[in-house]
Amino acid sequence: MSVPAPNSEVITLRGRKVVGGKARAEAIVTTQTISGWGGINEREGSVIELHHDLHGQSFAGKVLVFPGAKGSSGWSAYFHMCRLNGVAPAAMIFTRMTTKIALGAVVARVPAVTDLDEDVFKLIRTGDLVEVDGDAGTVIVTRISG
Amino acid sequence: MQLSGEEAAMRDGAQGEAVARAMDLLIRYGEALGAEKLVKTRNVAGAFNASTPSVVHMAQDGFDRVFSELNLDSDDVVAIPHMAVPTCQLITGIDLDNSETQGVDPALADLQRRSEEYLGRRGINLACTCTPYQVGNVPVRGEHCAWMESSAVIYCNSVLGARTNVEGKESTGAAGLTGRIPYWGMHLAENRYANRLVQVEVDVDDMADWGVLGYFTGFAVEENKPAFRGLSRQPDLMKLKHFGAAAASSGGVELYHMPGITPEAPTLAEAFGTNAIPEPIVYGAAERKRTWERLQNASDRKLDFVMLGCPHNSIEQMSLVAELLEGRRIHADTALWVHTPRAIRQIADRSGYTRIIEAAGGVVMSDTCPAISRKLPKGVRVIATDSAKQAHYLPAIAKVQGWFGSVNQCVESAIAGEWLGVVQ
Repeated sequence: MSVPAPNSEVITLRGRKVVGGKARAEAIVTTQTISGWGGINEREGSVIELHHDLHGQSFAGKVLVFPGAKGSSGWSAYFHMCRLNGVAPAAMIFTRMTTKIALGAVVARVPAVTDLDEDVFKLIRTGDLVEVDGDAGTVIVTRISG
Repeated sequence: MQLSGEEAAMRDGAQGEAVARAMDLLIRYGEALGAEKLVKTRNVAGAFNASTPSVVHMAQDGFDRVFSELNLDSDDVVAIPHMAVPTCQLITGIDLDNSETQGVDPALADLQRRSEEYLGRRGINLACTCTPYQVGNVPVRGEHCAWMESSAVIYCNSVLGARTNVEGKESTGAAGLTGRIPYWGMHLAENRYANRLVQVEVDVDDMADWGVLGYFTGFAVEENKPAFRGLSRQPDLMKLKHFGAAAASSGGVELYHMPGITPEAPTLAEAFGTNAIPEPIVYGAAERKRTWERLQNASDRKLDFVMLGCPHNSIEQMSLVAELLEGRRIHADTALWVHTPRAIRQIADRSGYTRIIEAAGGVVMSDTCPAISRKLPKGVRVIATDSAKQAHYLPAIAKVQGWFGSVNQCVESAIAGEWLGVVQ
């Protein structure tokens, strides 16, 4: 167990396992759904969709917090290739279950949870340190304040 | 997840290693979804072709390696047997008859040739189009399918009343080898009722109108299930093809109901079934104009490239393009590519449409499209298209400016060499 810094706040959320495993990384948060094919660059692990609020930003090695998937059925294949290219997210936290995101999380082979008991978009901010335990279905958020 | 005796035996290797890997993936996927069980399917449409730059290194180890990794999510290479159920290939990256025009590396064209031979031997029907329902794969109402291609899925569910989720490359590989797919989402009757109402207050008639309404709908309802009220015109295959492709691009719509038009919604009340009818989302003149403007991602009017045929053109659309181009000539600085399934191209050839389009300086392509192939004519900066889907994706994928307009606007602009379209 890591000891939180004095000026930090720790929040635990409970939800449902989508893919097992554990990861701990910085969060990148968007309230917009993401396209796989046509929406991300699978070599860089970045969002390329025009007008998207993560446009140009990389999710590689981060805990991606988002509502879910939209767009092409190439979703899983693109996140699959992100894994093969070493630029997959460290974990996924999402709120809306679809076949695209379920299959995408499975083949990206990253810890993934959904159905959390609190509003993740209120509680998790980009830059927060987030620990995802896929098997337990839990998310521990460490927010450095100030 | 509950497995039948046969499914458990498949998982345990009774039908060989590849089927075992396929069943393992379906179980992991079904559990991620929270599905109770699998359902049998005899209609799979997926992406198996292996000829993109990113698979070249994998293909050096043989096509079994590519299929194992990308279609089964298996780290180990397993020998891929014949598909267990009818399975077809959707759109690919290369038109082997136009690969030079596309600017495709000849080594990749050769890889595609060998990949097709490999897939054909395993019972994968090489339809090579995003619109399998235009070339003979027309599922019947209630049929459980495992389809990829968001524009085909929305057509399959909504217009045909067959049942498929948006599947992926890995789940369709596994479905082809097992004849199974998770019983979840669109496969269950109770999940097929509308939960959003779109009130249409403008005339929606030509193909561009339907594309714009679809593009609006995707943004407005995201992955929900809209029903429509106020449609004043009877659409056809071509219009609903465009409408659905747009709705599945701007949102994640997999099913919609148009009372009196689509099969599961004889009336608005039946479209909503057990769901309450919600407050309407209004699509009026202002929404139409705003959506049309949202599809314009360009400022320069000098036009380098016009793309028609996303989703792949019907024979009626091929005939229309030929009619618009007859006896005319596309501007020397502008390229025009028209995309249609290979099976429809044969009809276009025999009917003389291909010759007219080519005489005007256009190219008729099959098996691919620029968004999938990421191949455009060299040096293209500004494109135009009659497809809301292509207008949505191509500027992001190819880093070009993109105009959207009607097929007439697109053809007239190709002839003029500059974008003549106005927001209608």
